[in-house]
Amino acid sequence: MFGAGGGTSSYQEVEEADFVLLWGSNAREAHPIYFHHVLKGLKSGAKMHAVDPRRTASARFADAWLGINVGTDIALANAVAREIIAADLHDRKFIDHSTSGFEEFAAHVQTYTLEYASSVTGVPADAIQELAHSYANASMAQILWTLGITEHHNGVDNVLSLCNLALLTGHVGRWGSGLVPLRGQNNVQGGGDMGALPNKLPGFQDVTDNSARQRFSDAYGVELNPQPGLHLTLMFEAMATGTLKGLYVIGENPADSEADVSHTRKLLTDLELLVVQDIFLTRTAELADVVLPATVGWAESEGTVTSSERRVQRVRAAVEAPAGTRDDHTIIGEVAQLLGASWPADTPEALWDELRSLSPMHSGMSYERLEDNNGLQWPCPDLDHPGTPFLHGWLWEDDLGGKERAPFSLVNHEGPKEQLSDEFPIRLTTGRALDSYNTGVQSRGYPSPIRSGDQLEISHLDAASLNLAQGELVRVSSPRGSVEIEVDIKTDQAAGLAFTTFHFPELIDLNLLTNDEWDPKSGTAEFKAAAIRIDKLTSGERYV
Amino acid sequence: MSDLKYTDATPDSDEREAVDYLVSDPPVRRESERWVISGLGRTRDTRHLLLPGLHQLQNVKGWISPGGLNYLAETLQIPAAEAYGVASFYDLFQLEEPEDGPLHHVCVDPVCANRGSGSYIEELRSEGHRVHESPCLGQCERPPASFVQMTGAENQDLTSTTSVDPQFFSGATSRLLRRFRTNAPTRLESYKEQGGYEALKSAIELGGTRVIEMLLDSGLTGRGGAAFPTGVKWQSVANHQSAPKYVVANADESEPGTFKDRMILENDPFALIEAMTIAGISTGCEKGWIYIRGEYTTAADRLARAIAQAYSAQLLGEAIAGSSASFDLEIRQGAGAYICGEETSLFNSIEGFRGEPRSKPPYPTDIGLFGQPTIVNNPETFLNVLEILNYGVDHYRSAGTPDSPGTKLFCLSGDIARPGLYEADFGITLRELLSNAGGVDGVLQTVLLGGAAGCFVSPQQLDVPLTFEDTKSHDLTLGSGAVMVFSTEVSVRDVLSRLAQFFRDESCGQCVPCRIGTVRQHEVLLQIGDSKADVENVALLEDIATVMTDASICGLGQTAASAVRSALTLGLLDESRP
Amino acid sequence: MSELQPTEIAISINGTTVSVDAGTTILEAARSAGVEIPTLCWASNLTPVNACRLCVVEMEGSRNLVPACSRECEQGSIIHTESERVALNRKMILEFLDTTNDLSESTELQEFIVRYEADSSRYTEPSQMKDATKIEDDLFVRAYDRCVLCYKCVEACGDDAQFTFAISMAGRGFDTRVSTEFDTPLPESACVYCGNCVGVCPTNALQFKKEFDLRQAAQWEPERQKTTETICSYCGVGCTLELHTQDNEIYKVTSPADHSVTAGHLCVKGRFGWQYVQPPTRRPSSPDMSS
Repeated sequence: MFGAGGGTSSYQEVEEADFVLLWGSNAREAHPIYFHHVLKGLKSGAKMHAVDPRRTASARFADAWLGINVGTDIALANAVAREIIAADLHDRKFIDHSTSGFEEFAAHVQTYTLEYASSVTGVPADAIQELAHSYANASMAQILWTLGITEHHNGVDNVLSLCNLALLTGHVGRWGSGLVPLRGQNNVQGGGDMGALPNKLPGFQDVTDNSARQRFSDAYGVELNPQPGLHLTLMFEAMATGTLKGLYVIGENPADSEADVSHTRKLLTDLELLVVQDIFLTRTAELADVVLPATVGWAESEGTVTSSERRVQRVRAAVEAPAGTRDDHTIIGEVAQLLGASWPADTPEALWDELRSLSPMHSGMSYERLEDNNGLQWPCPDLDHPGTPFLHGWLWEDDLGGKERAPFSLVNHEGPKEQLSDEFPIRLTTGRALDSYNTGVQSRGYPSPIRSGDQLEISHLDAASLNLAQGELVRVSSPRGSVEIEVDIKTDQAAGLAFTTFHFPELIDLNLLTNDEWDPKSGTAEFKAAAIRIDKLTSGERYV
Repeated sequence: MSDLKYTDATPDSDEREAVDYLVSDPPVRRESERWVISGLGRTRDTRHLLLPGLHQLQNVKGWISPGGLNYLAETLQIPAAEAYGVASFYDLFQLEEPEDGPLHHVCVDPVCANRGSGSYIEELRSEGHRVHESPCLGQCERPPASFVQMTGAENQDLTSTTSVDPQFFSGATSRLLRRFRTNAPTRLESYKEQGGYEALKSAIELGGTRVIEMLLDSGLTGRGGAAFPTGVKWQSVANHQSAPKYVVANADESEPGTFKDRMILENDPFALIEAMTIAGISTGCEKGWIYIRGEYTTAADRLARAIAQAYSAQLLGEAIAGSSASFDLEIRQGAGAYICGEETSLFNSIEGFRGEPRSKPPYPTDIGLFGQPTIVNNPETFLNVLEILNYGVDHYRSAGTPDSPGTKLFCLSGDIARPGLYEADFGITLRELLSNAGGVDGVLQTVLLGGAAGCFVSPQQLDVPLTFEDTKSHDLTLGSGAVMVFSTEVSVRDVLSRLAQFFRDESCGQCVPCRIGTVRQHEVLLQIGDSKADVENVALLEDIATVMTDASICGLGQTAASAVRSALTLGLLDESRP
Repeated sequence: MSELQPTEIAISINGTTVSVDAGTTILEAARSAGVEIPTLCWASNLTPVNACRLCVVEMEGSRNLVPACSRECEQGSIIHTESERVALNRKMILEFLDTTNDLSESTELQEFIVRYEADSSRYTEPSQMKDATKIEDDLFVRAYDRCVLCYKCVEACGDDAQFTFAISMAGRGFDTRVSTEFDTPLPESACVYCGNCVGVCPTNALQFKKEFDLRQAAQWEPERQKTTETICSYCGVGCTLELHTQDNEIYKVTSPADHSVTAGHLCVKGRFGWQYVQPPTRRPSSPDMSS
C-alpha cells in the first residue's frame, strides 16, 4: 500500500487506538498474541467492529459484528466511504494535502448507497452507517485484516478499498491509526523483505529498477535478469502449459495447501524435476525426485525472521539438529557450488551483513543491535536509527517528504468468481483453528486437548432442511471434487454459509473443494469462496 | 468479555424463566441475523445482575445447578468459572443438589450458643430438618436466632422461635429511635406524620454546600466502626466533578452481637431512604444502593415496600419533592458473607465479583462503586443526618461529648435482663448501660465490646465512658456498638475459640496473613484447650496476631486477633479450666 | 478538585533519599535504588493483587504495614524495608505458607525461608492444602498442594492477558482454590491451553508435563539445562520464545515478560507446538533421490 510491503503500525498502537475495525480476520485464533494487544485496547475503552461472514471467536469480543456475505467486502467498504463523505465526516484537510483523486473517488462510490450495500452484503444499512461514523469519528483507528480480505480473486482490490477508508479519514501515517495486514506465517514478511517475490530484490527494491539491480550485480559479480519472475499461481499455470519443467520447493507443502489440490498434485507429478527441501517427508516431498533434509529454522539454526509489525528478530539454535540434516543456507550454498558458483560457506551473520550492505531499509540492523533491542522495525537505515514504529509519516509532513500524494483507488464490487447455483447452493469458506496451523505438518506434532479435527460448520437452518444431526458425516462436493466430513451445527451461523478448517489433509482433503481462481494482481487463489453442495449420506454408503 | 465456553449442562424452564425475567436487556443484542451488538461496555453494565441472578436460581431450585449457572452466566456474558467463583463465595448459595425441604440456619455464635442454639439444632435435626450452623444472624436480642431458607418461597427470618416483639429502649434522649414505637414502618403517611421528609425539604432549600457544612460542624462520625467524619466524606465526593457518583448504605450488618441496622430497616425504613436521598442531592450522586445482608428478609421486604412508595410520591426518581434533583435507589441483598460488610468487598459484591476487599488507597470517595466516587455510610450514620437537619447542629451537639457528639445505638445481648437495642448519649458508662438494661443475669465475668472484632472488658473497666476518645485511650473500641455480656457461667475459652472459628470461616481467603493466620490462631486455641496457655503458645498467638494485624489487606484480618489479644491481656487464659 | 501533582517525588528508603516519578510504586522505587524487597504474587506483566503480603514494608505514620508492590510513593514518605517489624511479618507469612503448602520446588521461597528464619516446627498439626495432582492432558499438570493462591494464573487467564477466564478463585477462606466451574476437567472447560498460567506460576504448582515426567523419573538435572531465545515458527506475530532444554530436549517454553510483542504470554501453538521438532526420528536424515 502506498508503495511498501508491510503493515503500517506497531502492535502497541492498537492498545491505544479508540476504534478497531477487524475485517476478515479471526485474530483471536489465528494471531492470538496480536489479539492480546487488541484486548488491551478494548479493556481501556476502545470500540471494535468486526466484519466477517461468521461471528468468530474474535467477533464475539466486538461491540458490533457485521455478518457480511462472502466476497462482498468492496461493496461494504465503498458504502462506508460514501457514508463518510455524505455525512461530511471525511478529513478534507488531509485529503487536500496528502491524497490525489478524491473527486473521482467520491463520484465513483456514489452508487454504493447504504441500501445497495445492504442488499449485496446482507448487513443492515444501520450497521454500515454506524460503522462508518464510528470509524470516521475516532481519533485513532486501526483497520486489521488477514486472509478473509486477501484470499479472493480480487484480494488486492479488497485491500485497496480499505486503504481508501484510511485516506478518507486520515487514519494512517500517525501513531495509533493505521492499516495492519496480519501475516499468516512466521516469516512471510521476512520472505518478502529478502526478495522472495518475483518482482522484487531484497528490501522491496524493484527488479526493473536498473540502479538497484546494478548494485546487486556489482556485489554478486553476475548480471541479474531484469524481467520479473513468476509468482506461485503463474508457476502452476506454466507447469500446466509445460513451459516450467523443474521446481525447487523449500519448506512449503503445495500438494496439500493449494486450492483445487488434485489439479496441483497432477502438475507436480508431471514435472521433469521436483526438488523438495523440508524437515519432513511431506506429501509434496513424497512426489519429489530429490528430497533434501533440512534443519528446523527456529530451533536448530541461526538467522532472522520478520514479523507483521516489520520487526526483524533473531532465531537461534536451541537443540542440535539430527544427523544428516543441514541448515537451509548451507544446502543452498552447496547446491550453488555444485552448479559451479563460488559461494563461500558464510555464517548466517555474514550473510545478514551482506544483505545489510544491499538493502538500505535493513542497513542499521546489526546482529548486536537486534539482540539489544529485542529486534528492530524496518526501515532502519543506519546504526543510529531506532527503527520505524509506523510507516507513512510523510503523509503528514508539509512537503510530503518529497513523495507523490497517495492516490485513492477506484475499485468495484464483483463478488466471488464461483457463483452459487442450484447444484452448488452453499458458500464454503475456510479458516484456521486456534491450536492448529495450515496443513498441520507442525501442529499435529503435539497432543492438543482442544483439537476437534476438521468439521464443517453449518447453520442450524441448513441442518434442519438437510435433516442433519450434530456430528453427522456428510458428503461435501464442489465443481472440483468431494470429501466426507462431520458437520458441526451452529445456531448463530448465517444460513447458506459453511465453514471449515483445513488442518488435517491426510484425513479430509479439503482443498479438493476450494477454487483456484486467482487474483492477477497478487497471485493468491480464492480459498475463501467456493460453491458447494452438502449431501446426506445414506446408511452404509461410503464415498470412494 | 472472554471466549465464553460453557459445559453442556442446560437449565430447566424455571431457571430459564427466572434469569430471563431478571435480565430484560441482555448484553448481547441480536439486531438481526447479520448484526449483533455486544462488547465489553454492555457486559460491564449488566454484570451487577449476577448476584440477584444467583439468588433467583438458588430460590427456584434450592441450589445453583450447573445448567442454571451456565444460563445465567451466558446471558450476562460472564465466564462460567467466574460465575462459579462468585457463587461459591457465599454461604447462602448451595452448589450441590440438596435434599428437599427448607434449610434452617441457626446461629452458633457465643450469645446464641450460650442461650440454647445447640438444643434447638438437635431438635430441628431430630425432626428431620436440614440445619446449617450459622454465624451471627443479627437477632441477638432473641436467641437462639434462626433463618430459614426456602425453595420456591420467600425466606424467613421471623421464625417460630424468634417471633417476639422487637426490643428497643432509649434513655433520657430519644433521637434515632424517636419513631420506632409510633411508626407504621411501611406507610409513608405515618412517616410524614412524624416529621418525615422535613429534613429533605430543608436540604433542598439549604443546598449541598450548607448541608455538608452542617455535617462538618456537627462532628458526626461514621457508626460502622471506623468513626470517620461523615462531612469530610461527603465533601470529598461532592468535590468530584466526574459522573456518575454513588451513595451506598452499608446494611450488611454481620458483626456478631450487632442488630441495630436490622432494627432501623424494620422499624424506620423511610428514614434511611430520606437520608440517602439527602446525601445524593447534596453531593451530586445520581444513584444509591442499599446493601442488606441476605438473612434480613423482613428488613429487605419492608425497605422495598417503602422505596416503592417513595417513588410513587416522587420522593425518589426525577424531580424529587418538586426540586430539579433526581435520585434513584436500589436494594442489593448479600448472600452470607461477613466480609461483604467491608466497604470495598461490598462494592465487589454489588458489581458481581467475589466479595474480596480492594486495596486502600484509593479510597471509596475517589474510586468506589463501579470505580466511581462513592459515599458509604452505615444506616445509623444516615439517621443522624436527619437529626442534624431537623434540629440543628447546636441541638445535635447538646448530647454526648465535644469529641463524640450525639447519641449512639448499643446492642445489648447475652447475660443481661433486657437484651435489645439501646440509644444513649455518648459518654454513658458500660455500668450505666448494663443497669439500664436491668443488670447482668448472674455474676459478670466479662463484656465483649464491639463485636467479634472488638475487645473483652473486665468488670474493673465498667466505668470507662463510652466515647470514641475514652475507649481509644483504654485500648478498647466501640466498634459497631455491640455489647455482649457474659456471666461467670460462660466459658470464655469456648467464646474465644468460637470467635476464632468465626474469623476462620469468614476470611475471604485473599491475603495470606488472614487466610492462614485465622486458621492457625484457631488451631492454637484448640490446642490450648482447657489448659493454661504456655509460653510458646502465647508467643505464637502474639506473632500470629501481629502479622494479621499488621499485614492483612482489610479490617477483617486486622481485627481478627483483637479479641484474643485482649483476652490474653486480661489474663483470661492464665488459669487452666477447673 | 484535581490539584497539580508533583511529577517528581522524593522518599526515604532505609535512610537514603530516592527521587522517582509520581505513580512509581515503593517496590519500583526501592529496586531503582538497589534495595531488594521479596515478592511472591507480584509480576511485572500482571496487575498487582498484593495478596501474599510478602513485600510489606513499614511506612512511618501508617498504622499498618503497606504492600510495596502496589502502594505508590507519596512525597516525603519514610520507608523501612527490613525493620524488625517487617522481618517478623515476613517470617510469619513464610511460616504460614510453609506449613500449608509443599514449597519444595520454589527455590526463591526456600531462600526467603532461610533469610527470615521461618520456623515451621512451631506449629502442631497445621491444616494443609493436600490436593491430589490433577493430570488431565499431556500438556501440563496442576499440583494444587503447591498452590499459594497468588492469583497470578487467574490474572494471566483473565484480563491481564488471555481473557479466557477458564479458572477463577472459588470457595472462601482457607478452602479457596483455583478452579474451573464445578471443578470441570480442564479439557472440557473454557481453557485454550495457552499455558500462560503455567508461565507465571511461582511455585511449580502448574508445571509442564514434560518437566513433571522428568522429575517423576528422577531425571531432573538443572545443571544440564539451558535457555535459548528464538522466535515462534507459527503465525506472523513474531513471539519471542525461551526454549528451556535439558541436554538436547525441550522441556518448557516461556517468553520474556519484558518483551513488547508478548509481554511474556504465548498461545497454545507457541507454548506447546514445538513437539514436532522432537523426537527427530520422524524426520528424513539423508538426501533421498529414490523416486
